[in-house]
Parts: sequence; structure tokens; C-alpha cells
Amino acid sequence: MRLRFWGRERRDQQLEEEIQAHLRMATRERIEHGESAKLAEQSARREFGNEVLVKEATRQMWGWRWIEDLVQDARFAIRQLGKNPGFAVVALLTLALGIGATTVMFTVINGVLLKPLPYWQPNRLVTIDEQTEKVTSRIWGNVWAFAYPNFLDCKRESRTLDFAAWRYNGGTASDHGEAEYVEGFQVSSEMFSVLGVPLLRGRAFLPEEDQPGAAPVIIVSYGLWQHLYGGNPEAIGSPLVLDGKSFTIVGIMPAGFRMNEDEGDVFTPLGQDTSPSMQNRDRHPGISVLARLRPGATLAQAHVDLGLIGHRLAEQYPESNAGRSFVAQPLHPDVGDVRSTLWLLLGAVTLVLLIACANVASLLLARAVSRERELAMRAALGAGRGRLVRQCLTESAVLGLSGGALGVLLAEFGTRPFVAFWPGRLPRAGEIQLDWRVLLFALAASLLTGVLFGLAPALRNPSRELDQILRAGARSVAGGSRRLHGNFVAFEIALAVVLLVSAGMLGRTLLRLSSLDPGVNVKNVLVTRMAISPSALENPAQARAAWQDELVRARRVPGVQAIALVDTVPMREGNNQLSYWTTPAVPPGDQAPLALATSVTPDYLKVMGIPLLKGRFFDDGDRLGNEHVVVIDEVLAEQAFGGQEPVGKHLWLAAAGSPFSSDTETPDSARVVGVVGHVRHWGLASDDQAQVRAQFYYPFAQVPDPLVGRWSELMSIAVRTDIAPLNLVEPLRKELCSATGGVTGDQALYEVRTMEQLASASLARQRFLLLLFGIFAGLALLLACVGIYGVLSYLTGQRVPEIGIRMALGARARDVLWLVLRQSLGMIFIGVGLGSAAALVAGRLLHHLVDGMRPTEPLTFAILISVLVFAALFASFLPAHRASCIDPMSALRQE
Amino acid sequence: MKSHYQTRIELLQGTLDMLILQTLRWGPQHGYSLSQAIRANSGDILQVDTGSLYPALHRLEGQRWISAEWKTSENKQRVRVYRLTVAGRKRLVSERSRWAQLSEAIAGILNPTTEESEA
Repeated sequence: MRLRFWGRERRDQQLEEEIQAHLRMATRERIEHGESAKLAEQSARREFGNEVLVKEATRQMWGWRWIEDLVQDARFAIRQLGKNPGFAVVALLTLALGIGATTVMFTVINGVLLKPLPYWQPNRLVTIDEQTEKVTSRIWGNVWAFAYPNFLDCKRESRTLDFAAWRYNGGTASDHGEAEYVEGFQVSSEMFSVLGVPLLRGRAFLPEEDQPGAAPVIIVSYGLWQHLYGGNPEAIGSPLVLDGKSFTIVGIMPAGFRMNEDEGDVFTPLGQDTSPSMQNRDRHPGISVLARLRPGATLAQAHVDLGLIGHRLAEQYPESNAGRSFVAQPLHPDVGDVRSTLWLLLGAVTLVLLIACANVASLLLARAVSRERELAMRAALGAGRGRLVRQCLTESAVLGLSGGALGVLLAEFGTRPFVAFWPGRLPRAGEIQLDWRVLLFALAASLLTGVLFGLAPALRNPSRELDQILRAGARSVAGGSRRLHGNFVAFEIALAVVLLVSAGMLGRTLLRLSSLDPGVNVKNVLVTRMAISPSALENPAQARAAWQDELVRARRVPGVQAIALVDTVPMREGNNQLSYWTTPAVPPGDQAPLALATSVTPDYLKVMGIPLLKGRFFDDGDRLGNEHVVVIDEVLAEQAFGGQEPVGKHLWLAAAGSPFSSDTETPDSARVVGVVGHVRHWGLASDDQAQVRAQFYYPFAQVPDPLVGRWSELMSIAVRTDIAPLNLVEPLRKELCSATGGVTGDQALYEVRTMEQLASASLARQRFLLLLFGIFAGLALLLACVGIYGVLSYLTGQRVPEIGIRMALGARARDVLWLVLRQSLGMIFIGVGLGSAAALVAGRLLHHLVDGMRPTEPLTFAILISVLVFAALFASFLPAHRASCIDPMSALRQE
Repeated sequence: MKSHYQTRIELLQGTLDMLILQTLRWGPQHGYSLSQAIRANSGDILQVDTGSLYPALHRLEGQRWISAEWKTSENKQRVRVYRLTVAGRKRLVSERSRWAQLSEAIAGILNPTTEESEA
């Protein structure tokens, strides 16, 4: 500041010199006219007028008066704060906490939701899907993944878009010590140029490598490069064995590169995938397509372009492409339900900030009232009302900004732990950091809060009854501010009610959900995905034998009670939804009901502890060649057969997706042999609201040869143990994966979890929200109580003389206590009333955003509001008690 | 002295600017001599208030119509001397023609009868 205004100080000096020169010359002239020296100087000064005013008027001509005022006001404000360190510390801490917490939330929101994707010109990128005229699936509507041949056609014919395609394709990397499972993508050769991401080392795929039969080449991630090769540049050109096939490394991706929020380990050319289904337009594994708008092209032009291509393909391939077109939409990060969680938390934290504002406002107001005479004096000396309001606002802005600076500091250190604490994986976590957006937000939040809490005290500046204030004692002015103070307290209580009730509802929900029966016995069960030897996948008989062998070997491991294979594990990601019907005339497309299909081996029931309600479960007789059988859960039994006996009845599965044959023409029938209990596949919280709840199981042994390879990629091992399940991981790995005893050493266990972990993870979001809302609600309660205590202490302090008179006139301690409490009860009553209405709205919001919530919980509501009322009464009791102990004599002498 | 205060005429807004520029036409002056010159040239009728003079000088300086520098006066005193700039000279011309228009118009309002009788 000093540096910037030194020029102004020099000008001040010069002005002073100029004026003094004027005065000296005027004096000299008078002396020359014969006046005495003393008289001459006096009259020169008189003629000149008020020096200070002249200087002030001249300075105004310099044109930076407002900055000067601002600096002056800010200095004054800092002096004022320094004079009252107790107030300053409380106000600053409150604000720092509020702004800090809000800034932490915004930092996360900024990184996860607001920042553009880390590609070149991300606003020119679009995702493209296939779209049919008719709605074909209840879940996806009319949107489909791309068929590879359609992608090739679009890429060749489009005039507005540069296309690229990818799909997930993990595998087992096996030539560096133990085999390990790696996440991977198959990408078309244009991918990295379309995204605009240059490789760290080496090169991207060439178009001729993106063809069947081309030399196998691979690009590895920065992480895998560090992990396998220690960051050695020699890695380029060296071989990497993936799923038994040797690839040559041609490139290394830069650190932090992600596709679809996933950091893949390896990238292989999509065009080299020779599986026959890739060439189908009809029944295909599905690829994801994205594209960059060519320079000058707009999204609308791209739509027209895609429409034309779709139309042409529909004519050329009517059997697969009739009624099928392509749609583009801007590429957005896929963050799932994280979005609503984050906004919810920002909302909650904003409430805390508002409470903090109200608290500081009432503190400032109390101070403003005691400074009333000072301000009135200034007004009397000629300060304009606008000028005084500005000064008050500057004071609160200084407070707000200092609080904001502390808050940013808090955010800098608080954001990392917060992100680390996030349940599961927070998408785009690497991009969360303080940047100019966050700083701008913090600045805006600080100034806004400064204005919010500064406005009320500023606007009640004395203007009209100047003389009255100056004449009157402090006592008579207190009355006017009482209602304003009451409003602040009521406001704080209302906000605290919202947070408390929300936290209470989350807690109640979590309690209820935790006590739900997941349908399986989660104790002592270990589940792990398994990648079996790629050589075994080459033919179906070998794959079956390999799995049989794994089961036998795993049974030998001490501690294993029962073991089974399963494709989709309850409460873990992944499911297989199939259309079923109770007659052979399965309705087409979206009209047939859906059920979750799970492929298992006979011991599955025993491993998971699912109760068998009717009939039997599978046994070794349910093999290929024997009659197709299924076991249904109670939900499907009710849904499909109503009250009738389901065992012995048949289900027909829609041809598309049926696991009993690879044929796509006729539905497959299967006999229902048993009924088992329902399993909460979607997790404890979400299963009740899930669209598809009905389940059936079918034997892995009846999956036909053409499908066994695909199924083998999906199977997991589930083990019931009689020891702590995680202690079994190493023995199992040793038995199943190490290169001894006839196993080839190219198998891997990955995603090892206990069922207890999965069950608990299915409530992680609720638990996380509860914890944070709990913290916020606690803070809100504390702040509100501090607010009530502060305001009542202040108001009671103002009324000491009045209370003295009342007591002198015969009021008893009890009457005084009641006098004060009545005042606070009024505030509490209004606050609770407003807060309850707001809490009802908040409850509806939570009900929509969080699975398993009920919109209202009357009991929770009642309990938490009484907690709040008691806390508030306790906070008001202390000042009330103090008031009742006043000695009337000293109270009356105080004035 | 008292008579000065009684006969002092409040200057119209902008008139002081013109008087300063006009007075500076005869050469650079400092604030005090400027005020004395205006008073003397108006036959002691116009007394320039210092509370108006210095703000006006600083404003004119800010508008680059006059420039200021420190000099040592005849009696060995550091004084701030103001001088008319080229822009100020142009400004003065336009101010003077405006003033002529204004005084003509006011004269017309104050003496309507003479005009009628002439017509």
C-alpha cells in the first residue's frame, strides 16, 4: 500500500508548501502595507479561510478520492478490530470455518464437475450413439452402443466429424514375474489424435496397424511403464505378453491420461480384434464412439450429416439398420451419482456459512448499537449517510476478506483429506486443486458474506433522530435493535433445524438399511474375479476342464468350506438383465419383463447362505445335453406365477441374450426346479427402488460351447470359509495362480473382496453423507447456541437498568428469569417454525437424491427439534440466570 | 476590508476557470499573485476564494489546460508557478465566445424594452 501511494504523499506535501507560500506572501504584503507582523499573519489566515477544507477540496480534484477513502476505511476497520480482539477472533474463526468448508466443497465440484475435460479443445468433442426409432429396452430406451462396421462406415462417410472408437478390454499380463490382471482399452488408431493428447514417448497406432492380422502392437500407460519397466525408455520396442499373445510396445501415454474416467494400463488396436461378433451389425459386443467436430462444423451440421449416413445404411442393410440412426451429443465427464452428492454437500455447507454470517451479523449489530453515539457524532460533524454506510460495509468486507483468506488456507489443507475420505473412487480426483476459479469463488463468497452480515448493521446507521441519540443515554436506543437481533437468531435456528433434521433422517435411514437382510449370509465369504489361463480359453472343453480343476484345487486349501463360480456377484458392479415370459410367445423388445440372470455352479447356495424355499437347487446332473433348468427367487415366482406353484413350470427366455444357446431366432425354455430367497443384488440401499429386482439362476454347466469363452472371462470365485476370509487370499492365490503343480502361471485373481465389504460399500454413500451432515449439523447447532447466548447476553446487558427498576419495584428473580426466557422462546418458536417448513422441503430433496430415504420421518423430526429447543433454552438460561441475580441498587447506579 | 466581503460576487460555475486562463495569458503566475491579479483587474470587486482557487488550479492542471512547476520567487521563496498550455489557449478562446453569447443573451433578457423600441 505504502509503495503505491507514496506519490500521493508527495503531492500532499507540495500542496501544503503551496498553501504556506501563499500565506507567507499574503502576510508579507500586509506588513509592507504597515500592519504589525502578528496582525498581518492573523488576517492573512482569516482571509485564506479553513486550510483543511481548502486542502480537502483540492485533493478531491485529484480524482482518486474513493481509493483514498477505501484505504482510510480499511485502516480504520483494522484498527477497530485490533481494539476488540475477542470479537475479531470469534468472528474470523466463524467466517474462516464457513468459507473454508464451502471452498473445500467448491474445489471438489470445480475439479470433478466444472473443469473441462483434459483434452485439447474439449468443447469440440462429442459422443455418438446408435439410436432406434422404437424404444427397445426399459433401461437404455432407444440408445444403443455402436456396431463396429457401422463405426467404420460413419468414419469413412462423415464430412463434419473425425471419428474414434474404443471399448474396455482387460487381460492378463504375464511375462514379468507373476501374472497380473491389467485394465485395458481397445482403441481405433485415430483415438489419441482425436482427443488431442500427444504420447509421452513413442508413437500412436498407425492406420495400417488398426486392421485384422496386422503386427500386434501395444501402448502402455505411464503407471504400467513405471511399474513394469521402472520408467526405462528402452521399454519401447520390447515385448509384452497379454492374454498369451506377445505385443510390441510402441508408445507410452502421459501420466494422468484417462478415458471415460478410467486410467487403463494398456491400449491395443481395436481393428485387430478378430472375434466374429465384431463384424456383426446385429448382435455385437458394442463399442463406444467419440468424435471431434471438424474446423468450422457445428453440432447441428453433424446431426444432419449423421442422419444422412444413418438413412443410407438403413437402405443398404435393412435387416440390421432399418429405423436406426446415429446421434451426437457433447462429451461430458461421466461422474454418475457423484454430481448430486456434491451439490447436496455444497448446499449443506452453504447453510453452515449462512449461519456463520448470521452469527457475525448479530455480533456486529451488537457492536454497532454500542457505537451508535460515535456514529451519530460523526454524522453531526458532517459525515454523509452514504459515507457512513460505506465505512460500515468496508469494515465487514475487511472481516469477510480476512475470513476468506483463512478459509482458502483451510481449503488448501482440507481438500486432500476430504477427497481421500470419499467412499469408493471419486472420478477426476486428480484434477481437484485450487485454481483461479476456486480463488474467484472464495473471493466472491467472502465479499458476499461481508455484505450480507454487514448490511443490517450498516443500514441502521443513525440518520433521522441524530439529536435524540446524542441527547439520550445508551439505554433508550437498545429497544429498536431487539427485533433485528431476534430475526438473526430465528434465522440461525431455522437453518440449524434444516441441517439437524437432514442429518437425523440420514442417520435413521442408515440404521434401517443396515438392519436389512441382504438375502445372503455375508459373514466369512470371499469373492474374487479370476482370469484363467488364456490357453484354456481357446476351446470350450479346455475352459470347462480348467474351471473344474480350479474348483477342485481351491477345495483343497485349508479353511475353505464351500466354493462356487458365479458371474454377477450381489452388491458388486455388473448384472445381466434378460427378458423372460411364461409362454413360448415372448413379446418383443421392451414389453417382456426383465429379470437378473446369474450363472452359478451347484454349491453357490451353500457359499452365499441363500435359503432354499421350494424344490431343489442345481446338482452335477444339470449338464449340457440335459433339460435346461433354472431356479427363481421369490420375487420372480410372485411376478411370473402369482399364487401358483412355480416348481415344474417353464420360463421362456428371449432369444437375444439367452445363455442357453447362441441362436438368435427362437426363445429357449427352461424348467423351474426350485425357488430361493430374494437377494439384494443392487445393494442394501438401492434394491427396493431398483427397476429390475426379479432374479433367476442357471447352471454354468449348461452354457453352450460357443458362449463358454465369453462366460469364462466373466466368472468369479466365491468361497465360504471357516477362518477370516482375507487370510485365505494368499493361500488361494498360491494354489490357483502360481506356476507349480500343473498350473501354467498365467492366471490371476483380481478385485478380491469379502461379501461384508461389498454390503458395507453399498451403504458407503449414505454413511458418508450422514457423517458430513452430522458434522455440519453439529456445527450449526453450536453456532446457533453461541448466537443465542451472545444475543441474549447482549440484550440482557442493555436492559440491566430496566431490570434493576423492575426488581426495585418488587419483581422476583423468577419473574426476571421468565422475562428473559420469554424473549428467547419467541425467537426459538419462530426459528423452529420456519426451519420445519424448510426441513420438509430438504427431506423431499434427500428422498429424491439418496436411495433408501423416506421423505418424512416424524419421530426423527420430533426428537431432533426437541434437542434443538433444549440446547437453545440452555444457551438462553445462562444470561437469564445472570439477569435474575442483578443487584437492583448497583444496577440503578450503573447509568 | 469589510466592503470587499459585502460586494463580493459569487462567480458562476466555470467562470473562475475562464478568469484564471485569461489572467495567465499575460505570463506564468503563482496562486497568490493570480488571486491578487484577478482582484486588481476587476477593480476590487471579484475576490477569489482560496477554497475555490486551488481546487480550480488543480483541476485545470489535471485537464492539461495549465501546467505547473516549482520556481524560486524574487524574494527567495519556492513557489508553484502555473503557465497556460496550448490546449488551455484554445480552451480560453472557446470559453470567451461562450461567455460573449451568454452575456449577450442575458443582456437581451434584462433590456427587452430597448429592443422593442428599436424595432
